[in-house]
Amino acid sequence: MGRDPTQARRASSPPAGLERARRQSRHALHDGIASGALEADTMHAVAPIEIAQPGEARLSAANREAVFETRGLNVSYGKALAVASVDLSIYRNLVTAIIGPSGCGKSTFLRSLNRMNDLVPSARVEGEVLYHGQNIYGDGVDPVEVRRRIGMVFQKPNPFPKSIYDNVAWGLRVLGMKDDLDGRVERALTQAALWDEVKDRLKKSAFGLSGGQQQRLCLARAIAVEPDVVLLDEPASALDPIATSKIEDLMHELKNDYTLVIVTHNMQQAARVADMTAFFTLERTESGGHGVLVEYDETPKIFTQPADKRTEGYVTGRFG
Amino acid sequence: MSARVDAVTSTPALPSRRRLGDRFGDVVLHVLTGAAAAAAVALLIAIGWKIFDIAHPAISKFGLAFITRQGWDATHIRFGALDLIWGTAVTSFLALLIAAPLSIAIGLYLSELAPRGARTVIASLVELLAAIPSVVLGLWGILVLGPFVGKDLGPWLHRYLGFIPLFDGTPQNAGILVAVLVLTIMIVPITSSICRELFLEVPAELEQGALALGATRWEMVRGVILPYTRTGVGAAVILGFGRAVGEAIAVTQVIGAGYGIHWSLFATGDTLASKLAEQYDSATTKIQTASLVYLAAILLVISLLVNLAAQLIVRRFAHQRTGGS
Amino acid sequence: MAVDAARFSLTPSPRTRRRKLVNLLMQALATIAALAAVAVLAVVIISVARRGATALNWDFFTKTAATFGQSGGGVANALVGSLVIVAIATVMAVPVGILVALYVSEFAPPRIADFVRLVLDVLNGLPSIIIGIFVFGLLVVGSGQAAWKGSFALAIIMLPLVARATQEVLALVPTTLREGALALGASRWRTVVGVVLPTTLGGILTGTVLAVARAAGETAPLLFTTSIAANTVTWDPRQPVLSIPYDIFVLSESADPADHARAWALGFVLISFVLVTSLTARLLLVRYRKRLEG
Repeated sequence: MGRDPTQARRASSPPAGLERARRQSRHALHDGIASGALEADTMHAVAPIEIAQPGEARLSAANREAVFETRGLNVSYGKALAVASVDLSIYRNLVTAIIGPSGCGKSTFLRSLNRMNDLVPSARVEGEVLYHGQNIYGDGVDPVEVRRRIGMVFQKPNPFPKSIYDNVAWGLRVLGMKDDLDGRVERALTQAALWDEVKDRLKKSAFGLSGGQQQRLCLARAIAVEPDVVLLDEPASALDPIATSKIEDLMHELKNDYTLVIVTHNMQQAARVADMTAFFTLERTESGGHGVLVEYDETPKIFTQPADKRTEGYVTGRFG
Repeated sequence: MSARVDAVTSTPALPSRRRLGDRFGDVVLHVLTGAAAAAAVALLIAIGWKIFDIAHPAISKFGLAFITRQGWDATHIRFGALDLIWGTAVTSFLALLIAAPLSIAIGLYLSELAPRGARTVIASLVELLAAIPSVVLGLWGILVLGPFVGKDLGPWLHRYLGFIPLFDGTPQNAGILVAVLVLTIMIVPITSSICRELFLEVPAELEQGALALGATRWEMVRGVILPYTRTGVGAAVILGFGRAVGEAIAVTQVIGAGYGIHWSLFATGDTLASKLAEQYDSATTKIQTASLVYLAAILLVISLLVNLAAQLIVRRFAHQRTGGS
Repeated sequence: MAVDAARFSLTPSPRTRRRKLVNLLMQALATIAALAAVAVLAVVIISVARRGATALNWDFFTKTAATFGQSGGGVANALVGSLVIVAIATVMAVPVGILVALYVSEFAPPRIADFVRLVLDVLNGLPSIIIGIFVFGLLVVGSGQAAWKGSFALAIIMLPLVARATQEVLALVPTTLREGALALGASRWRTVVGVVLPTTLGGILTGTVLAVARAAGETAPLLFTTSIAANTVTWDPRQPVLSIPYDIFVLSESADPADHARAWALGFVLISFVLVTSLTARLLLVRYRKRLEG
């Protein structure tokens, strides 16, 4: 199954230079598009995959605690197995990307991390998902508490039919975080890089925002309640490239405070934002197929020296 | 001829006679259907016109003072609508007061809570309640509900809540309270099935967005579903109100044909509609008939206003949801 | 480490426990409301069934009411009367209803279609007693009551129901079907009559059945149009006839328990008819819809 990179490796944190290099190349593309010099498509077609040179200091995954650890996680809908036997650990304050072809269970896996699959009546989960050592599917665990700590941003922006302010404040009120409501709302919107754009129209309807702004509002809403983890299910797939790049920039800032897990069908996006990448693929069986975890490692490794042939096939574009 | 012919029919092979027959058929169908639609519109106008026409002698004799006068005295030819308007208002508003929260609760149950398999079954059962003919419900009201109110519910309410003017007076087997209960039974199925459809239309991603924040199901209902469907629920409630206002038969069977304006729910009374049903065979003089139909005219105006309000809200709501805010 | 454990604990905090309690309470209230509605339905049906079923016998269905003082007798005249009234009403309402629906769906420009739809919805919401008075003023004044005049009043009530049901199934007909016919060179009217309408017949039928079930139970429109009837079985629509709902109405207001017993029996017949037809029509409609869409 997946390889766990914590096996006996000591390293220090990623060098500042690598982070800066990544940001610079991304901004260069961003500016290029904004100035009209580059086609917007370029972002996706030509974006160079920034990779660390082998031998450069590695991520200190070994030093980090595992926020999530899944053991033998199987998710089925009714009789159909969707995701089989995943053993994966998600580490604190890193961005972990889940990539793979369509239908390989990436979203299903993601949703099993905050028990959103519970909302599907036919969904069944086997195995364990340990959150700081507790199985979130154990007895006595309340899904409401789980979701309080593990937030989610969805593929299509889904702001509530309320004002911008109330969108962020609603969760705070419901969860009893009503002290300094204004301050909390402002902080959340600032962290989502939206404050400046909306501070003069907080009472206006959220539907008046553009798609990219709505998605950042949904992000603000999620982080306002101070979760531990934020799950992002293809958060930029419904957005234009400029909005996408804004979200990607945000993730670099946000990971200082939160642990992020992002599902994306865009490999280059994973390469741009993720510290760790998990590659899932579809394993065909007589009854159809189900998703499996193929390889899980630091992002540069996955993209330059994948251990599994299937990973190599996917990241080099031979299939998927 | 050329402007009307579609490209597809202008192949030279078709005989012109057939084309003429077709065009004739087209015109006939168009005219026929148009005439039917026009007839429907004319019907509505005719209803309004005719009612006011029959009521005219009373309108010209009593004028608008009719609306504020009490009493219905055939011997002295003194008729007034106030008692009836009061009865209509009290019975309909009280019935609405009970039925609206009940309907919303039932709508929520059917859209969110009920086990999947049972959902359509229970929804159908609630809708069946609407199919019960009002005269049968009235019959049950007179012979079953009435005595229950008179002998059990009424005295209980009187004993514990008698200090409130509403429950003052002697409980009987007929009266405003029985009428309110019967009207509630009539309103709930209509309003709750509309609410159920409205709640089902709330986009799943909005619901999931709320739940993903760590809200409970009820908090999600309160914060997302109810605000989202606010306008539609309002329209449904108004429609229910319209139904209550217009119900003649079941109300006249249980309300006891009383006079005057009383605060007590145990008193007998009458509504605009029930008075019409009660007096349908007693109007002898022309002025009496005209006065009766004057009541019908008032009822018609109220009913039209209520109905139009509900319909326009529904249409604006639907337009808003598809056209963006 | 202890701080961390508290921060990440997944067992419900006191505040969450309270919120969950509120949640549970609301769920309980909603469930009670739904069960109450079903309970009322059960109570009414059982009441009617219990008291009404016992009086049903062959005489009940074939004889007319017994003369004063004698026992026995039946409601044959009411049964026949209702049959006549509702049958004529159906014949009046269905063709017009279909035509109006066709106009709105196929021919009318959008704004006129909206307007006609609004008119139909308003007609649907009018109190049935007002419709009774209207027909009274239009047809009965001066010339007396008659069964067909009652039918006319019922037809006004049925019209919006038939029209709406027809509209809904017309909307379900795939545009490709229409386009296919037109592309063959068929004219508008042939397309509608030969292709579109036959596809919708099932839906129109069930809509009609529902309208009939509604009309069969209406009393108010008949008060002014066909209530003064002799105690004989008449098939002549030019005479005023007794109807089931009106009979129930009159019997229910009488003081005589024997009358009440007859009222229950009639009520049982009526409610059985209405409920069985409503239920079957709805089931058929669901199945018919699935066939059209899938």
